[in-house]
Amino acid sequence: MAEKKGKKKDPKEWRIDIDAERCKGCGFCVEFCPKGTLAMSDDFNSKGYHPPMVANPDSCTYCDMCEMVCPEFAIWQASDVQKKDTHIADDLVRMDRMPHIWCPGCGIGTVVNCFVEALHEAGLDLDKTQIVSGIGCTGRVAGYVDLDSYHTTHGRAIPFATGLALGAPDQKVVVISGDGDLTAIGGNHFFHAARRNADMTVICVNNFTYGMTGGQVTPTAPQKSIAITTPYGAFDRPFNIPFIADSCGANFVARWTTYHVRHLQRAIKTALLTPGFSLVEAISPCPTLYGRRNKLGDGLDLMKFYKEKSVRFKKDQHTTADAEIGFQDQIMVGNFVNRENPSLLNAMDSSLKDKLGDKYVQWPIPG
Amino acid sequence: MKADPKRVLSGNHFINGNHSATEGAIAAGCTFAAGYPITPSTEIVERIASRFPRVGGMFVQMEDEIASSICLQGGVWSGRKAMTVTSGPGMSLMMEHVGLAQITETPCVFINVQRAGPSTGLPTKTAQADMMQAKWGSHGDYEAIALSPSSPQECFDYTIDCFNLAEEYRMPVFLMSDEMTGHMTEKVVIPPADEIELVERQFYTGSDKYLPYKREANGIPLMSKAGLGHHYHITGLTHDERGYPVLTKPVQEKMMTGLMKKVGDNVDKLTRYEEFMMEDADIALVSYGISFRMAYKAMEMAREKGIKVGLLRMITCWPFPEKPIRELAQKVKSMIMVELNYGQMFLEMDRFSNKYCETDLCGSSGGEVHEPEEILTKILEAAKK
Repeated sequence: MAEKKGKKKDPKEWRIDIDAERCKGCGFCVEFCPKGTLAMSDDFNSKGYHPPMVANPDSCTYCDMCEMVCPEFAIWQASDVQKKDTHIADDLVRMDRMPHIWCPGCGIGTVVNCFVEALHEAGLDLDKTQIVSGIGCTGRVAGYVDLDSYHTTHGRAIPFATGLALGAPDQKVVVISGDGDLTAIGGNHFFHAARRNADMTVICVNNFTYGMTGGQVTPTAPQKSIAITTPYGAFDRPFNIPFIADSCGANFVARWTTYHVRHLQRAIKTALLTPGFSLVEAISPCPTLYGRRNKLGDGLDLMKFYKEKSVRFKKDQHTTADAEIGFQDQIMVGNFVNRENPSLLNAMDSSLKDKLGDKYVQWPIPG
Repeated sequence: MKADPKRVLSGNHFINGNHSATEGAIAAGCTFAAGYPITPSTEIVERIASRFPRVGGMFVQMEDEIASSICLQGGVWSGRKAMTVTSGPGMSLMMEHVGLAQITETPCVFINVQRAGPSTGLPTKTAQADMMQAKWGSHGDYEAIALSPSSPQECFDYTIDCFNLAEEYRMPVFLMSDEMTGHMTEKVVIPPADEIELVERQFYTGSDKYLPYKREANGIPLMSKAGLGHHYHITGLTHDERGYPVLTKPVQEKMMTGLMKKVGDNVDKLTRYEEFMMEDADIALVSYGISFRMAYKAMEMAREKGIKVGLLRMITCWPFPEKPIRELAQKVKSMIMVELNYGQMFLEMDRFSNKYCETDLCGSSGGEVHEPEEILTKILEAAKK
């Protein structure tokens, strides 16, 4: 469970623990440590990666940035006094399934951290939280997160989640899947779930490519970007995910990148607590298949690219239509939409009550 | 367990097969349905949409059949009995999720009110040309259970049976109706609730870690549902007892053996058929669903001519009633399959009987049921041999 945020930590109580064997040497923790506490070591772990080391322990403020950004759950702040000796994701990730299948420098693990922290902070009953994924690299999230979890078919996580959420109104249903899964093969379901304001939170990890199948073009890939199926550059205009969700009527819409771990975590928390359809797009590096082919470097380079190219959404200046992502161009981030329209369940319930009166038998929560 | 009297419209009705199937589903305890409009099945979702809110059920019209066929599985894991309804083109779209329900062992019911195909074909006219699709339509190997009603009464009765079988075997089950049966209006007797026996879902109640694919002595794993704290994992990937994906041949083999055996070991128990005038018969008609009624008429006409014809009517088409067909083939000199396609169940009948007797097909393009005279002509040909 996350310790209280915002309170200064006593450095005498805290230390940084590193599980070198989990590390894949992406360097996120070192690069994004605001105090220069960490450095890459010269050691190798058994997989041949250089794990980080605590180079300047006195500089550490125990902000937990390294812990949040680490996609391998390999570094964390620990305290005997506070009884914390594991990574924040440890209680919600099936550690018996580690190491995960994601490449070094992939951001999906970072999104998992943000999701896990958001779950902790939202105070949801973890026995009543359901996670649904489709197919692909991000589709494997459901298999790693220790909740009631469903790894469904390609593109169909949302309609499965619709059935689950309607059938069990006492459960919080979360979909985590990739951009190919949710906006190509699953695009139709995405629009309709947003239109219905179906009771679910959708986290779309957008890495602009089909990673699992070798890097084919997705509907979010910017024009001109190179994929194995667009070797001369993508011709077609990409989807702007927040714009779609907004125009279909979603109650909450946000986009952040894996560089913005705090914002991403807070956005997911808000999404989890918003009734109806909420969508958080997480722009995430695929160094192996997108970054490499598009000369954007490795995972760390992509993270730096996000830092440099992100612009904040300003309500008085922008609409979600401005959030389209061009090739090597700016990435608009922010919380775009926050509405309070009745969710599908509520709309269904109140409409039937109104029309049928005494004859209406509300669907009971399965006992 | 008995049916809930609040959900059963006991009494005599004059309704069509589609409405009757809906009442069967409600009586069976179905409280979740997802569907998409398609002729000639639509009366079922129409009646569901009207009836479900009055009996504590949830119906959602989805954006397409693909969505319906997986939305219903979300409904199942919420703890409900769930179904969807469609016809040919919709069934083709649903096929991937028949496979998902098979590998995840999700109990649910698919009603296919068959029409003539391929493709859009004859949307308003009957056929029985999806019979092989029910067994082989989704990729990969699996066993299927499919029941074929021939009347509105059987649409009611067999829909309940489908739900019971789905729960008992933890798998998807097909009701293979057709346009004619669905749109035919006849007397339907809905019995009192206490005469309707239901199979309830078996949930895991132990205190150890729940293993969603650990087979009990009967070969069927126990179910869970959202919110029990089991933190299970359900996947369409090849998985072990824990539900975790393990992509190796030994695990694939173990999983597949379990899937195939839970039906394969129970074929005798699952097989249902009826025989008519078979005692002295030397020609046997074999049929199912709506075609059975035409075959019956043809049998009577042949008997009037003094030809010794009997009729075996399959109620379960899948698993195929291999044993009764093989036994019958050893008693008669000729067997004729009567069905509204170019020989789908005929292939199954033929492979179990052609060693012992002559076999023939009285098939059809679909579009109309057989004229009994067409079947009679086949009988007369067989009698001459």
